[in-house]
Amino acid sequence: MADPAITKLLQTTMDAMAVGSLYALIALGYTMVYGILRFINFAHSDIFMLGAWVSFVLARALGWAAPGAVAPVWAGPFAIVFVMVTCGALGFTIERLAYRPLRSAPRINVLITAIGVSLLLENVGQLPAAFGTQPQRMPTLLPDVALAEVGGVILRSVDLTVIGVAVVLMLVLEWVIYNTKLGLAMRAVSTDTRVAALMGIPVDRVISTTFVIGSSLAAAAGFLAAMKYPGLNQPAHSTWVLLGLKAFVAAVIGGIGNLRGAVAGGLLIGVVELFGAAYLSPHLRDVYVFSLLIAVLLFRPAGLLGQATVEKV
Amino acid sequence: MSTADPLALRSHALRAPVGLAALRSLGPWAAVFAIAFVLERLIGPYLPGYYAKVLTDVGIAIVLGVSLNLVNGFTGQFSIGHAGFMAVGGYVAGTVTYYGHHLLWGGIAKQGGFLGASEWLFVAGALAGGIAAGLAGYLVGLPSLRLRGDYLAIVTLGFGEILRVIIQRTDDVLFVPKDIEAASFTTLATSVGGALGFTGIPFLTNLFWVAVAVGAVLVLSYRLKHSDEGRGFLAIREDEVAAEAMGVPTTRLKVRAFVYAAFFAGIAGALFAHEVGTTLNPRELGFQKSFEIVIMVVLGGMGSISGTTLAAIVLTVLPELLREFAQYRMIAYALLLIGMMLLRPQGLFGIHEIWDLSFRRKKAAP
Repeated sequence: MADPAITKLLQTTMDAMAVGSLYALIALGYTMVYGILRFINFAHSDIFMLGAWVSFVLARALGWAAPGAVAPVWAGPFAIVFVMVTCGALGFTIERLAYRPLRSAPRINVLITAIGVSLLLENVGQLPAAFGTQPQRMPTLLPDVALAEVGGVILRSVDLTVIGVAVVLMLVLEWVIYNTKLGLAMRAVSTDTRVAALMGIPVDRVISTTFVIGSSLAAAAGFLAAMKYPGLNQPAHSTWVLLGLKAFVAAVIGGIGNLRGAVAGGLLIGVVELFGAAYLSPHLRDVYVFSLLIAVLLFRPAGLLGQATVEKV
Repeated sequence: MSTADPLALRSHALRAPVGLAALRSLGPWAAVFAIAFVLERLIGPYLPGYYAKVLTDVGIAIVLGVSLNLVNGFTGQFSIGHAGFMAVGGYVAGTVTYYGHHLLWGGIAKQGGFLGASEWLFVAGALAGGIAAGLAGYLVGLPSLRLRGDYLAIVTLGFGEILRVIIQRTDDVLFVPKDIEAASFTTLATSVGGALGFTGIPFLTNLFWVAVAVGAVLVLSYRLKHSDEGRGFLAIREDEVAAEAMGVPTTRLKVRAFVYAAFFAGIAGALFAHEVGTTLNPRELGFQKSFEIVIMVVLGGMGSISGTTLAAIVLTVLPELLREFAQYRMIAYALLLIGMMLLRPQGLFGIHEIWDLSFRRKKAAP
């Protein structure tokens, strides 16, 4: 028999890692866009929502959502690739139609447009022809078996897959950003867009790529979240906005524009939220996250890993 | 004035005679109260209930839109949590009037008629609600407005959510007189209905007080726009770094604009809480409500008082007329926001007032 206190500690740590890695995946998209265009892409949390809902619609269309149906082994990998591609394409379209015409406009206008895009995605998603206004239950597309028991905690393969896929995606991104020509171009644009353009970097194409990468990461996070928590709320439900918001908080806490900071921030938010929920009060989990944000803004506005920048005129 | 300060002399010479100055200063207020009185006593009795409610809704929307315009329009910051401050005001005012009525008069029946005892308690409650919302605005605004950038948007959104969680954790409303008399102040303040909403608040909002609130927010923000402080707000909006270099205390002014806006949102919340046919619950005053207020400001023109007023009227009346398309309302708003930013980013009227526009431009050129 394991000690219940230790079981609780291990279980909370496990959940914090899983949730934290999802936050990290979403936060990467926020931080990449902010690093280059300096605005909060409010529609990012809706891409995450679409990632979950598109995978549900896909499962329903292929008959995996029917009662008693068992999804084939390739269902999970296929679904995640499918949502990453569709949402990546959507991210590209949004950037092309809504954000690119505002490249030289004041940032507040881009911010308002982003809110408009976010409202549009949510409310079009609510239409009966799209996803409807009913919450749905996501079928299991990943093998869900108990692998082992450690200190009273059952290690489920779903949890490990969520963490594993998230880690792999982050490592791939890290490699792309720091070891490829594309990554070099992205870092150059983020440092100084104008100088990058003068050096012959195709800025618009780099920005488009950034949106595609960020959106597909958010979509993957949406799919993984739907695997871990199968109850899908309706598209305009405030939980989606809130999850996205907390991921943005993770990006700010880690230092906005800093990829490793976003990952660290995401894990930190996961730990704060779930340990607070487990050991203090489960109802105030959002309060802990936003209190952490206020504290960071007060004492270290550039974030934990960010560097303070001086405003130049 | 023996020391000949030329500037002081000139400003003295420019000053209007005492009578005219008093008229200018008090005239608008007299007009506000006169219009409010006419609305309530002469037009109100003949107005069918439905129209009176729509009129009240329009008034509340104007107070919300014009007050948010102080932050998002004049000062160029971006707050998207206005409904949160509305909730603070509504709950504080509702607590004051509901429990106040029970403790003073043993029930929520209205005491006295027009401008009677109940209404003065309502005014006190609304002011308390406004002040509480202003304080909340100070606490939320200070850390985020110190920084440049869009942090205010995130922090105000987060504030609204935290508030919702806190309100949902409150206890049920007390309604047995014995319990209310026995309860401590803290118990009363935390017994505001939780997730179900605060029911039983007396219906004290009438056209008179709505009109007074609308008049107050319009007169005050118009005067603010043309005062030293308002010029500071506009300077921050145009270029914060330049404003700072010119000696404008940017952080202080941003926080001040935010607190003024929160105060009026609190007043609007109080009016909303005491309106017939609304329930004060945390879900009603969430993201969606905040976005609607933002849309009014963006549409009307960021910085234009009359433009925001017009947008508030249109965006409140139009959904009433188009009830069968309610499903598409938010989609239309979203497209409106995006289209506006792409085609006319300054809003319909930009920073100008409606009467600044010249409709005879073509005739002017011979």
